Parts: sequence; C-alpha cells; structure tokens
Amino acid sequence: MFSAGLEQYLILSAVLFCIGLLGVLTQRNLVKVIMCLEIMLNAVNITLIAFSQYVTPVMLTGQIFAIFVMVVAAAEVSVGIAIIFSVYRNRESVDIENFDILKW
Amino acid sequence: MLDIVFYLLSAIAVASAIAVIVVRDIFRAALCLILLFMTVAGIYLLLHADFLAIVQVLVYVGAISVLIIVAIMLTRDVQHGQPLGRLKYPAIVVAALLLGVVALGVVNTVFVLPDNAPLQETVKPLGKALFGDPGYLLTVEIAAVMLLSAILGAIAVIREK
Repeated sequence: MFSAGLEQYLILSAVLFCIGLLGVLTQRNLVKVIMCLEIMLNAVNITLIAFSQYVTPVMLTGQIFAIFVMVVAAAEVSVGIAIIFSVYRNRESVDIENFDILKW
Repeated sequence: MLDIVFYLLSAIAVASAIAVIVVRDIFRAALCLILLFMTVAGIYLLLHADFLAIVQVLVYVGAISVLIIVAIMLTRDVQHGQPLGRLKYPAIVVAALLLGVVALGVVNTVFVLPDNAPLQETVKPLGKALFGDPGYLLTVEIAAVMLLSAILGAIAVIREK
C-alpha cells in the first residue's frame, strides 16, 4: 500500500500542482507568480514521467512529452520576465494590482 | 529502501513548494524553488529518467533559476511585506477542491500496467525516438523555431524605445 508506485507519484504531483495553483492565484509579486508557474510545470513533468515509467516503459512517450514541456517552460519564462521588466520600467512596480494596462 | 528515498524527496519537495509561497523574502523563496528543482531531479532519477534528471538540473537549476534571480535583482524595491491577495480564501478552497478531486480520481482508477522492465538507461532510446524514422523530428524543429521566436519576442519586448 505504501510502497512507491504510480499512484504515489501521481498524488505527489497533484499536491505540487495545487500548491503552485494556490501561489498563482494568491501571490501579488509577479516574479513570484512566475515561480509558482514553474512549480506547476514541474508537477506536470512528474506526472508525465511517472506514466512513462509505469505505462509505456519501453516507448518512453511521456519522457519525450516532458522534454517538450521543458522547452515550452524555458520559452515562457524568458518572455514572461521580459514582459515584467518592460512593465516595471513604466510603472516602477511588480505588484500585480498595478498591471491593469490591458484593462480596457 | 527506495521507498524511503521517495518519501524523503516528496517531503522536501512539498515543504519547499509551500515555502516558496509562504516565505516573505522573495530571494529566499527563489532559493527554496531551486531546492524544489533539485528534489524533482532526484524524483526523475527514481523513475529511471536519467537524461531528464540531467536536463532538469541544467535547464531549471542552471538557467531558469538564474533568470528568476536576475529578475528579482532588477526589481528589488518592493520585496518585503507583500500580503497575499484579496482572493486568499477562495483560492485555498479552489486548490483544495482540485486536489481532492484529482486524488479521488487517482485512487479510484485501475491502471493497466504492462510487466515490461523499465529501460535502465534512456539516452539512446530517447535519441532514437526523437530523431528516428517514426519519430518526433517535425516537433523538434517546431520547438527550435518556437525557441527562436521566444528569444526574438523577449528582445523586442525589452528593448528601449
């Protein structure tokens, strides 16, 4: 029951995903929001690799998906931090309450 | 033995993920995030994903955390005393509900597992799967183009007018 199998890994990644979701919804510093997004992406990667290990152990499909998730995460972080810098230059703040430029 | 390692790594991962949210000083939160990335790399090793564990250390611990720390350094005037947003309690409820639903689904699902032994080293099979004949070559090239466009987009957004 308590030996580490597929379900334990899935529960672990669900816990990490929900912690990341909580951070994205509650944090007010934009850099911290991006950090919590990274937690969520890592949780998804754990899920993919656990399925790859236990369901398709020879084809490695989940590991290939995890590689592409990492590529997308790197691109997302670079563009997101560029956007934070650019808004910080105009507003002198990284508080998410001040990021209302796109609101009508 | 491996179970003990798994539960130890899981405890460190969950604790550092909570610390990322709870810790007030954002630089310490970034250090907790790096600890989380390292423990996730350890979990990949437990899952026989050696190549992905190394990529995790290189990309996340090496590159993304440096990017995040640079972002913290360049925006370092409003760090302390960031209170949680107004939607704190609804967000906690939503996250707990999602966790409950997912955990219920995981526990009640019967997974059909084959009895193949997992591959011991994955670098060569991953390379064959990515670049081989019925492979993911088109996706690899699209990923390269997407990285290039992300670099160009970041430069275009951040450039002084």
